[in-house]
Amino acid sequence: MIQFLRTFFDQTINGLVIGNIYALTAVGLALIFGVGNLINFAHGSVYMIGAYVGWVCVTQWHTPLPIAFLAVIIVCGLLGLLIERLGLRSLQNSARIAPLLATIGISFMLDQTTQLVFSPNPQSFPSPLPTTRYWIGGVSIGATDLLIAATGLSLAAILFFFLRYTKLGWALRATAQDREAAQQMGVDVNAVNQTAFALASILGGIAGMLVGIYFQTVYPTMSFQAGLKGFAANLLGGLGNIPGAVLGGLLLGLIESYGVAIFGATYRNLFAFVILIAILVIRPAGLFTKKRQLPPEPLTGTFTPNNKLVRIPPWLVGLGIALAGLLPFVIQSPYVLQILTNAWLLGMVALSVTLVTGTAGQTSLGQAGFMAIGAYTSALLTLRLNWPFELALPVAGVLSAVLGTLLVLPAFRLRAHYVAIATIGIGEIVSQVILNWDNLTNGAMGLTNIPAPTFFGPPVFLPREIYWYSLGLLLAAALIQWRLLRSALGRTWRAIREDDVAAQAYGINLNRYKALAFAVSAFVAGLSGAFTAHMYTYINNETFTNTTSTLALTMSILGGMGNILGAVVGALALTGLPEVFRGLVDYRYLIYGLALVLLIRFRPQGLLGTE
Amino acid sequence: MSLLEIAHLSRNFDGILAVDNISLTVEEGETISIIGPNGAGKTTLFNLVTGTDRPTHGEIRLDGRSLVGLSPDQFASRGMARTFQHGRVFGNLSVLDNVLIGAHTRRKRPHNLVAELLAALLPFPSVRTDEYRLRQDAEAIIALFGERLTPRLHQPASSLSYANRRRVELARALALHPRILLLDEPTAGMNPTETAEMLEFIRTLKQRGLTILLIEHKLALVMALSDRVVVMDNGQKIAEGSPEVIRTNPQVIEAYLGHKQHQRDVAAQSAQAQVPTEKPLSRLAVETS
Repeated sequence: MIQFLRTFFDQTINGLVIGNIYALTAVGLALIFGVGNLINFAHGSVYMIGAYVGWVCVTQWHTPLPIAFLAVIIVCGLLGLLIERLGLRSLQNSARIAPLLATIGISFMLDQTTQLVFSPNPQSFPSPLPTTRYWIGGVSIGATDLLIAATGLSLAAILFFFLRYTKLGWALRATAQDREAAQQMGVDVNAVNQTAFALASILGGIAGMLVGIYFQTVYPTMSFQAGLKGFAANLLGGLGNIPGAVLGGLLLGLIESYGVAIFGATYRNLFAFVILIAILVIRPAGLFTKKRQLPPEPLTGTFTPNNKLVRIPPWLVGLGIALAGLLPFVIQSPYVLQILTNAWLLGMVALSVTLVTGTAGQTSLGQAGFMAIGAYTSALLTLRLNWPFELALPVAGVLSAVLGTLLVLPAFRLRAHYVAIATIGIGEIVSQVILNWDNLTNGAMGLTNIPAPTFFGPPVFLPREIYWYSLGLLLAAALIQWRLLRSALGRTWRAIREDDVAAQAYGINLNRYKALAFAVSAFVAGLSGAFTAHMYTYINNETFTNTTSTLALTMSILGGMGNILGAVVGALALTGLPEVFRGLVDYRYLIYGLALVLLIRFRPQGLLGTE
Repeated sequence: MSLLEIAHLSRNFDGILAVDNISLTVEEGETISIIGPNGAGKTTLFNLVTGTDRPTHGEIRLDGRSLVGLSPDQFASRGMARTFQHGRVFGNLSVLDNVLIGAHTRRKRPHNLVAELLAALLPFPSVRTDEYRLRQDAEAIIALFGERLTPRLHQPASSLSYANRRRVELARALALHPRILLLDEPTAGMNPTETAEMLEFIRTLKQRGLTILLIEHKLALVMALSDRVVVMDNGQKIAEGSPEVIRTNPQVIEAYLGHKQHQRDVAAQSAQAQVPTEKPLSRLAVETS
């Protein structure tokens, strides 16, 4: 009993300490959401950079801790200003989802830069604090715990006084209430935005540094999870609600801490995502906010500015297909063929995302989850049940369609960027389930020796055969999608994208058609994932990540949302260009991020226009 | 039995009664207008009657069957078609496609999801015949608007003028072959010529026997078209009757022209300014003539 109580208190302290960090992250997100109505996806990257700045100061330059704090404040504050400039101010008149996508692009760039400068490997961050632990009534507290608690509390107090008693704080709150009205009262809204972004980024950076000290390690990919957890905490308390974000952060920390104690450490990340989805679906206004509707203005459409479609004559498309088919006779290089095979497989994912996002208007950032379901289904059917690949592949597609649709189903009542958040969470949940369902998926060890693809005959090994196989799959997927878009179903999807309220008023059952769109999308993504698994012969829980999902979305935006040819062209461009300019391969994700930011700013309709 | 029966309908928004105990019956072939000052609850009533919003209390019956609790798409499939106050066309869809979406509930659709997918994927003859039939009908509806829309059949709706977008919306509603057509300020933002044109158009629809519920601020239009007029203020129905009766109802005049004290102030001011004052009643008459 005493042992239980001690564990309980220890976990409570742990939870509160981690919760403090989540709270700091969530407060930053809440500030930005409040003034800019923007879910800042770059926030996790700012957090990670804060961690690295702290690490450089403490372990490389051996500065005292306060100097490290100061450095984090300066660097992250400036970063916040930069994000405001790139991600928000220049996109004020764009679709609501545009700034969100821009911040994803910025986060790609920040993460990749950090990887290039400091290597992708984790760096050890020995705590600069004394390691003695204080015992209070049987519960131990370390100096790091105290530092985190003290920092969290004092920052919360400073923020409270700033918002309550300074003129800028008033302006900030006024802007959060009503932007136009504040502007008319003479509030410099840009200055307010800058302040909010700088403050938020400082809080995020400090949270990152504290987490680095706490876990004694920093690594570039810590950004994504941190951003999403901060968002989950923010959502728990009600989007944009600052005291709510603090409470949400602490609550999330506690839930995680108790959850890990009960289920084990590998489940750590699952809780946040399950909470994220549950809150989005059950109580999108948060636990502590009085019941409030989602933003009242129509949030339909994702990224479909009124535009002219660039018409490509059919003979040109036919010529392109013929060239792609004949290419292996001319180019024998396995490397080039492998790159193009990747382009075709990613092209399928881009097709799948352009269908739900571009045609049906439901922004999906979770396509990797569908790929993973397809990959594991096909791999397990061939490995464990000795099914032939030709049969396992379509079954993988169908299972991905069914499971994928069921997973997204709870998100159907959400709109616009809430859908994007939910699909990210769903993608992560799939990956966490794969990690934890050891019996079936072999966990982090992954599945090995997956048989090579076959096509009613011997295994397909040769690079050019693999190339043709993937090209064939891509063409089949494109043909299916082309038929669908030209049918009444395609028209129905586009109507939902344009205005879901009006569509429903004319008899369109939204859930039914969203489900159909996601089913087709998950089917195609599942096929791509399955083929990828058999091509690589190895998969684990990290083969299909959120990066793939974002990349696929970037490809479809590049080509033009909802545009079939555009998705393929976008995939080819983003996979091929870094290879053409060989020196750029290492900077690939930097380019992807930059491409996303520039596209959204300068050519939101993409290369070929929205269909 | 009346075609549409609305009984004791209320909608409470966090303590504010936007629609307060409204009852109304609509007979087949009737044209009923709902008028009232801004914020009277007219559009909220429309939202309730088309399922876009759900009532806090009350009952809505079509042919005696309750509709309360159904989703907007189910309202539509029972034959309720509406237009929106500020116009909501599908901007990136062509005029024809917009109208074809209106015909969604009339399309022969398999109930089974997979079957619907296959029907979209494979050109079964039955699917093509159905599509052809709906398309012919949609083009005929668009042709009702003559030169306004016909030349723009394949243009995206976003490229149209404001008045034309309203026409597309109306065409889309007609493509549903509605039992009741609900028009929310169909002439908002239209100039006098366009308004007169719209009046004639609605009159034609009325003559064809269509049942119409109309929200409108332009009283001339209301008086010319309506069989009955319902006046709303502060969420309540303050009067109902033939256009002639409504025109002279003191409560209506008060709702439109303000409270008595305010009127007296206005009258006093006008008297001081030595401007010949019109009685509020005749002002209303002038406006509506």
